[in-house]
Amino acid sequence: MNILLSRFRLLLAATLATLSWAAHAQLSIEITGAGATRFPVAIPLFENEGSLPRGITDVVRADLERSGLFSLIDMGLVAMPATAVPDLAGVRARGADAVLAGSLYPQADGRYDVRFRLFDTQKQTELGGLSLRMTPAQNRATAHRIADFVYEKLTGQPGYFATRIAYVVKSGPRYELQIADADGMNAQTALASREPIISPAWAPDGQRLAYVSFEAKKPVVYVHTLATGQRQVVANFKGSNSAPTWAPDGQRLAVVLTKDGQSQLYVLNADGSGLRRMATSSGIDTEPAWSPDGEWIYFSSDRGGSAQIYRIPATGGSAQRVTFEGNYNVTPRLSPDGRSLAFITRNNGRFQVAVMDLATRQTTILTDSSRDESPSFAPNGRMILYASESGGRGVLAAVSSDGRVKQRLSVQAADVREPSWGPLTR
Amino acid sequence: MKKFVLPALLVALLAGCSSTGTFDQAGGTAVEDRSTGAPGVATVTAPSMAGSGIAALTDPNNILSKRSVFFDFDQFVIKPEARPLIEAHARFLVQNPQMKMLIQGNTDELGSREYNLALGQKRADAVRQALTLLGAKESQIESVSLGEEKPRCGESNESCFAQNRRGDMLYSGEF
Repeated sequence: MNILLSRFRLLLAATLATLSWAAHAQLSIEITGAGATRFPVAIPLFENEGSLPRGITDVVRADLERSGLFSLIDMGLVAMPATAVPDLAGVRARGADAVLAGSLYPQADGRYDVRFRLFDTQKQTELGGLSLRMTPAQNRATAHRIADFVYEKLTGQPGYFATRIAYVVKSGPRYELQIADADGMNAQTALASREPIISPAWAPDGQRLAYVSFEAKKPVVYVHTLATGQRQVVANFKGSNSAPTWAPDGQRLAVVLTKDGQSQLYVLNADGSGLRRMATSSGIDTEPAWSPDGEWIYFSSDRGGSAQIYRIPATGGSAQRVTFEGNYNVTPRLSPDGRSLAFITRNNGRFQVAVMDLATRQTTILTDSSRDESPSFAPNGRMILYASESGGRGVLAAVSSDGRVKQRLSVQAADVREPSWGPLTR
Repeated sequence: MKKFVLPALLVALLAGCSSTGTFDQAGGTAVEDRSTGAPGVATVTAPSMAGSGIAALTDPNNILSKRSVFFDFDQFVIKPEARPLIEAHARFLVQNPQMKMLIQGNTDELGSREYNLALGQKRADAVRQALTLLGAKESQIESVSLGEEKPRCGESNESCFAQNRRGDMLYSGEF
């Protein structure tokens, strides 16, 4: 059901979440641009929500707002229970085309049942409902699921609020690989080191990360299981080991090794076994990225004289050049549907995020900053997370794949870099 | 422009949060059932290595205490002024065949981290090749890259970038 496309309306001003919070050493998200047309939706308080120590609907509203696709219609402090059909005409009169009604039911074990239903106020129909059980501490995780539900019902695309992101924070001499919710909350440190950590890459299962750590005074590729902290060295050959990327099957990794000369592409199993060389060139081949269908490995190379993006069949074969404009195009990353390619291009001395439609080969530069790196698609392909710089510090930023919605994520007094958006894991 | 400052109020581990399958509502559409919750993350601290020195290699009056070979922008060839330094280290490696060397290539911070890692490798390889041409054994030397990750100078200007475009030679016990 795609109400968003069929019933877009132009709204000049946004109604915004009214809560403000204290600043902590968390990623804070600043919206710096929004879609021109946003879907007006009302997310009133859930019945009994006041009995929770921390709310749910405020998190749902913030998620939807941050996507840039919705404007939130303020319904005041009135709760709309899930047990009755709300006054849809009344909600519609306030400008909302959809409304979410919900209730919380305390259970004997201290948990809550959260039940909610989404209504279309124009067609006066119900769009669906869901029931989730949570502990009071799970308010945010539950809210992200609810926001995903609303997003999917209204846009026809899966949401990405209940996903996680990985990134590296550098504060003084300390490097931390952190994992946070997609809204920057619940940051947890997976690895702390006094040496650099780069190139985190999520396994398709969302449970493991591959990355490069310099703790042995040289780049070595590890696979790290997040829940247990178990780490395995998967590539530690003579020379440098870097740029891990997962095959869509989650069984193999492409890596870049220098054991046979310059930086070259290899494939190995996720346990480090079964090494084989993918390609041979007289120059640099690096930054491999598998296409979602598993057919191609995209990579950057200076084999033609300047840094350009190429692709090679994953089963081996000859490379095809993909980028032709400019003399520095690096860090290829495929969209989840495989139709477009995000990469970094040098444009008049500025490094910016670009996206290429692979069918038409048309390229669009999405950002206007100058030190962008490491683009990473949201699992639904709508947003691209990337590293940038602001005020001399590394920040994370996100831009919608149409360039309209822009956000900046930063941590106070620290450098943030190397973002990687995790998969949908439900 | 709106700012959402997000709190660190709650870091409770998200153990599995089950969902209930029934939500009977007269006239309601079918209720979907999805489970909520994300697994926790365990924190690991990486070990760090302690370096140690050797007298001749750390004596500031000895050329062997100098370890850096500098490169021009976008260049990977050793400049003539670096030749005495390379020769001294090649001689030391020939005379001390038990010694091993790690060469770390470095770049300025412009551009992609992984691409810079590959560029730094070219610098480390250039130093390695010069040393082996002068008699050091391949088995004594490993060339690796730190890319832009360990800048000697942290500012974003050309004099700083020039200091960061270099290869460093480390001996056994120092890495």
